[in-house]
Amino acid sequence: MKIYLDNGATTKVDDEVVKAVTKYFTAEYGNSSSIHQVGRAAKEALENSREIIAKSLNAEPEEIIFTSGGTESNNLAIKGIAFANKEKGNHIIITKVEHDCVLNACRWLETQGFKITYLDVDKEGFIDLEQLKSSINNKTILVSVIHGNNEIGTINDLEAIGKICKENKVLFHTDACQSFTKTEIDVKKQNLDLATINAHKIHGPKGVGALYIKKYTKIIPLFHGGGQEFNKRSGTVNVSGIVGFAKAVELANKADIEKMEKLRDKLINQVLKEISHTMLNGPRKKRLCNNVDISFEFIEGESLLMRLDDQGIEVSTGSACSSKSLEPSHVLLAIGLKHETAHGTLRMTLSKYTTEKEIDKTIKVLKEEVAALRVMSPLVKD
Amino acid sequence: MYTEKVMDIFRKPCNIGEIKDADGVGKIGNPTCGDIMELYIKVGKNKDGEEIIKDIKVKTFGCVAAIATSSILTEMVKGKTLKEARKIGKDDIAKELGGLPPQKLHCSVLAHSALLKAIEDYEKKK
Ligand SMILES: Cc1ncc(COP(=O)(O)O)c(C=O)c1O
Ligand code: FES
Repeated sequence: MKIYLDNGATTKVDDEVVKAVTKYFTAEYGNSSSIHQVGRAAKEALENSREIIAKSLNAEPEEIIFTSGGTESNNLAIKGIAFANKEKGNHIIITKVEHDCVLNACRWLETQGFKITYLDVDKEGFIDLEQLKSSINNKTILVSVIHGNNEIGTINDLEAIGKICKENKVLFHTDACQSFTKTEIDVKKQNLDLATINAHKIHGPKGVGALYIKKYTKIIPLFHGGGQEFNKRSGTVNVSGIVGFAKAVELANKADIEKMEKLRDKLINQVLKEISHTMLNGPRKKRLCNNVDISFEFIEGESLLMRLDDQGIEVSTGSACSSKSLEPSHVLLAIGLKHETAHGTLRMTLSKYTTEKEIDKTIKVLKEEVAALRVMSPLVKD
Repeated sequence: MYTEKVMDIFRKPCNIGEIKDADGVGKIGNPTCGDIMELYIKVGKNKDGEEIIKDIKVKTFGCVAAIATSSILTEMVKGKTLKEARKIGKDDIAKELGGLPPQKLHCSVLAHSALLKAIEDYEKKK
């Protein structure tokens, strides 16, 4: 039995999505810019999908731009807003716990004359609204805060942040790749100007995403070309992928979320109870419904990951040893974990397909493997 | 990423543990990624009266490569004279494993340093 608990990395594509997508490869393969029949069919599918996705965010269809995924949407949002507002100011506020694509886009902007403030987070991963307020100055053009954290599951309060941004007349973007369809996103209520979402975290295809851009928001495109997507994202539109994206959104439902929450809490509670020297990272409440992130003291994450992999359980780790830089995850450091503790951190992310049997097996195997590695650890004395 | 040999040893490492009355101990921390290794040796003599590593045990807080290299190193030197053990080069351990990914070579260096430190510790105490 294989147990896939790395749905924060990507998900299995739903069979319904595969079915919906296939038609747009084989029968309705047209270019949505063409005006003949097969082109018009593609266009219609594109616009239907746009409507479905707009509705899921309480946005208007013209406010949705399709892209190649979360990375592109985040880059378009941040660089596009930065360059469109150069005359107004050069200051952008983000957090220390953003996804690499937001962090690295901002680091690059620093080389282009922009100033970036990296907001701290508390030990559960939440930003401090007072620090946000006091960081805004007359040069600030954009605030970008991740909605659901991909590592530790923290869900930031978009409505509260949106209110501050509105009062201070700065644009507000969120990276909602992990939270989309799992936690409410309402661009009007939350005063969002931009929001990044993607398909492959919600059982849709890889390489498809969207950026919500509020009407009348000036943005400089990353790609110049045929003027597709309201002149904001040139390139022949990925109709099949977008149809799959919309289908995945339609399939998302409350019952699945509640099921994931129940299993998530079981996994957290049992691991903390049955294995000593363990610690949950991220909050108990206001947490992504599918995220479990636990530090196991005295052992290293890559070793644990590989031992679980041998048993067919697939997870991820924030350990320094498994990162290219040999640095622990920036998110774990930002919440104040010591290097040694960050070392033994495992992320287990559930999906609608995760069963209680799988969770029970995972708890049992974790107990055994953690014990086996602790026998080898010099931090545990005989 | 890892060779089958590395994975096999990682799955069943040998000479794991501590030696309570060890003759030499090498404790070392890895400045690159923060791992820790503790290596214990018990020294005896062979028929020719040369000093040999009679027993060796190791404890590792580290990645797959760190665990595999510490295990294979103990096997490589157990029963060997101190002189022979000292001659083992940094690269020999990775070679014995059929290679390591480049970003994991530092883990085998760690095991090597721990051994040298344990021998040094023994000689100092002597
Ligand atoms: C929070 C977050 N932002 C952005 C991305 C990047 O999205 P993509 O893989 O679609 O480029 C991911 C996932 O990888 C993510 O989890
Ligand atoms: S011990 Fe950290 S990378 Fe090997």
